[in-house]
Amino acid sequence: MKAILAVVRRDLLLAMRRKSEVLTVLFFFMIVVSLFPLGIGPETPLLRKIAPGILWVAALLASMLGLARLFAADHADGTLEQLALSPSPLGLLVTGKIAAHWLVSGLPLVLLAPVLGIQFDLDAGALGVLVVALLLGTPLLSLIGAIGAALTLGLRGGGVLLSLLVLPLYVPALIFGAGAVEAHVSGLGAGGHLSLLAALLALAVFFAPWAATAALRIALE
Amino acid sequence: MSNGLINWFRYASPQSFYPLAGKMIPWFWALAALFTGVGLWISFFVAPTDAVQGEGYRIIFIHVPASWMSMFIYCVMAGWAAIGLALNTRLSGMMATALAPTGALMAFLSLWTGALWGKPMWGTWWVWDARLTSELILFFLYIGFIALQAAIDDPRRADKAGAILALVGVVNIPIIYFSVKWWNTLHQGASVSLNKSPSMAQTMLWGMLVMALAFWMYAIAIALMRARAIMLEREAHTEWVRSLPEVTGGSAR
Repeated sequence: MKAILAVVRRDLLLAMRRKSEVLTVLFFFMIVVSLFPLGIGPETPLLRKIAPGILWVAALLASMLGLARLFAADHADGTLEQLALSPSPLGLLVTGKIAAHWLVSGLPLVLLAPVLGIQFDLDAGALGVLVVALLLGTPLLSLIGAIGAALTLGLRGGGVLLSLLVLPLYVPALIFGAGAVEAHVSGLGAGGHLSLLAALLALAVFFAPWAATAALRIALE
Repeated sequence: MSNGLINWFRYASPQSFYPLAGKMIPWFWALAALFTGVGLWISFFVAPTDAVQGEGYRIIFIHVPASWMSMFIYCVMAGWAAIGLALNTRLSGMMATALAPTGALMAFLSLWTGALWGKPMWGTWWVWDARLTSELILFFLYIGFIALQAAIDDPRRADKAGAILALVGVVNIPIIYFSVKWWNTLHQGASVSLNKSPSMAQTMLWGMLVMALAFWMYAIAIALMRARAIMLEREAHTEWVRSLPEVTGGSAR
């Protein structure tokens, strides 16, 4: 546990020293979301209907951006090998890195999403569901993405390849995340979707760090 | 008991598997040709014309086996991947690599014939139906697997990384399938329902099963051929490859 906290603190500190990387992802999220009304047209009912999907797709893309850097810097300067040699299990350290990555690139999206949701004229209830869904969903994205990031570590064209590997695996998160808001808006209640999202998150918390660790060990060989 | 085990592990080395695969390939080709002949005969001459869909339904004899095989091959690929990770055998990774293009081909065939079938039957090339959508995502998973292996130069790392991806994929396929299914039923976007298919004539089912066997045999034959090529490529530096008759004899020395 202490090792996880140390990794989290270190990664957060590194992120705070380079705020521009964090902010780039945030602005990317905002820009992508703002592009859709420009492409589709400003009819409020239509925008209200597609808002959850747009916000979620933009969140997927934004979280992809940060993923490539999840292990890359540590791999380049040898920190990753030190982590692999350290007495604490690598799986725990990887969990810490994923947690820090979520805090830096996932949580800000969650906090920003309701503001962008207002642009799409979502009401307060829908915004609340959106935040909860993103709160459950963005860690899931970080966890699944970490597997892809570990697999593509140090490869040619890693970034594009990463999106090819990871985006199909994001489909359930997208469906249940965006579906939760839509179910709420249509009066069905978002409980089922949110429970499924939470179930996926529980599964991913258990399995994803393990798979990412195995992939990292292969990359380090 | 140990005897049986040793026998199996003997063929885990490319050197002993290469000639075995070479001997098996003609048999699987012959079986594939036989089943294709019988299957096509059943599907064109024996199976009755469908009351609702007319002659156009006959595309299911390609479409359904291709869909089955696309899913089945992914599972087999993941199985080889798991064996490769657990036992650290070289051959398993080669088999997984050899299977991936065939699986992708099957997924593509399934989507393509589905579109060809959908146009006359439903009047549209594509509906966002649960099965179509999850087949599409399966196709993306295959492409991701192939792309990942192609991006890694070291074959051992490519095998292992591909194996992890295949295992992650195989865990995700049911999740994706059911999430797409619920997504589809909640949205009610497509007016066409594929689920209430009328009960199928016995001969149609037989035709489909025989065609599925044909596809299966074809997949084995082509995967073994590809695995042989991969073996030659990766083991080109070894003595047993250099002493193969097709390697020494082919170069007029």
